[in-house]
Amino acid sequence: MTFRPTALRSGIAALLATLALSAPARAAETVVAVAANFTDAATEIGAAFEKATGDRVTYSFGSTGQLYTQITQDAPFEVFLAADQARPEKAEAEGHAVDGSRFTYAVGKLVLYSSEAGALDDGSDALARPGIAHIAIANPVTAPYGAAAVEAMKALGLYETLEPKIVQGKSISQTHQFVATGNAELGFVALSQVIAEEGGSRWIVPQEIYTPIRQDAVLLTRGADSETARAYLDFLKSPEALAIIGKYGYGTED
Amino acid sequence: MTASPLFDAAMIETILLTLKLAGITTVVLLLVGTPLAWWLAQGGGLWKEVVATVVALPIVLPPTVLGFYLLIAMGPHSPLTGLLGRQLSFTFTGLVLGSVVYSLPFVVNPIRNAFEAMGPRPLEAAATLRAAPLDAFFSVALPLASPGIMTGAILGFAHTVGEFGVVLMIGGGIPGRTKVLSVTIFDYVETLQWPKAHVLAGGMLAMSFIVILAMMLIERRLNGGRK
Repeated sequence: MTFRPTALRSGIAALLATLALSAPARAAETVVAVAANFTDAATEIGAAFEKATGDRVTYSFGSTGQLYTQITQDAPFEVFLAADQARPEKAEAEGHAVDGSRFTYAVGKLVLYSSEAGALDDGSDALARPGIAHIAIANPVTAPYGAAAVEAMKALGLYETLEPKIVQGKSISQTHQFVATGNAELGFVALSQVIAEEGGSRWIVPQEIYTPIRQDAVLLTRGADSETARAYLDFLKSPEALAIIGKYGYGTED
Repeated sequence: MTASPLFDAAMIETILLTLKLAGITTVVLLLVGTPLAWWLAQGGGLWKEVVATVVALPIVLPPTVLGFYLLIAMGPHSPLTGLLGRQLSFTFTGLVLGSVVYSLPFVVNPIRNAFEAMGPRPLEAAATLRAAPLDAFFSVALPLASPGIMTGAILGFAHTVGEFGVVLMIGGGIPGRTKVLSVTIFDYVETLQWPKAHVLAGGMLAMSFIVILAMMLIERRLNGGRK
């Protein structure tokens, strides 16, 4: 085989031309890591964003802890919608996110849920009902909704008696699944997960008895130069997005 | 986050619980799997192959598929729950049942192979010496198949120690009752407690290496004995 520098050079030139052409196309897409509880709202916001801007958004859903671990390992995410404030704060402090880009995009509401209609007509009294063998919560160490559930049970003075009945889901999605399948009679989940559900019953936990679940968004270092990523974050604050966020049972700032 | 010792009480509790689960599961698997392997090794019609296929399914099925169906089977409205009169999800017993199903082929297949490799002659010889079938099974077939039984026990134990999908889906992560090693490793990684994750994951890696090495050595000794 003979070595032909001209062929090589023209090959490289063609390659560079392709890369140059593809660069703008790639910039019109942004990859967003989203906490599982925000799945439905994010999907609808994504569709609205694509319609409004013509840009594309790709989501990666997971628990906040899992996504954060991936971010520290240089996952190709440009935006991070967490289920808490701690992880976006940490991302900023450790240089994985752009300073000053952090804001609260949604305030999560905790709800006690049963797949049985009427089971929660008495509100929190249902927790003490005999015949309740399992109460599902998300892992309080990794999931903010789990921590809020523990806080609420303590505020109700029921934590000591209920503790042996607690089963933990890895995420708020798995917790919902435990209750939806009836394996656990009751469970603390996010209002957003059950707001569209027709059957079952729910008791919205009063906001005074647990720390509000502020969910923060942050621009990741990888998205610092992406106009699409910044446009997506701006869109998240738009009246259109706020309406969707509210529709899915979240509070919004101010 | 405060600095905590590499080995804490929760970690030791998890390790002991996992060993207990794998130990009990292995005993159950040997008691159930050995007669099953014997029956499958005796040759037979199509439906024996169907049973063999069902036994082998967990090799191919994703653990989440098994976990999903087990979660439904152990739920309050399932016939199994009605039959037993109690719910098995979120219990240690439920984990044992799930692990038995999940690890069954890893125990049955090596034992079945050992029985098949033995052939009919040793038992024919035992019969000419007027040994009753049951006597022949215990004093001739079982000892001859012992390397296969050993391999099955090791594989079943190791496979149960490492399982993730099934225990995740039916366990409920209750410390001391259903929260096992693999789920704990996942938690440590999620909460960025990597030194602890390394202790457990590295331990699993070392154990898996030893298991495979031990099996190769058993196999070599077995082949050497035949020469």
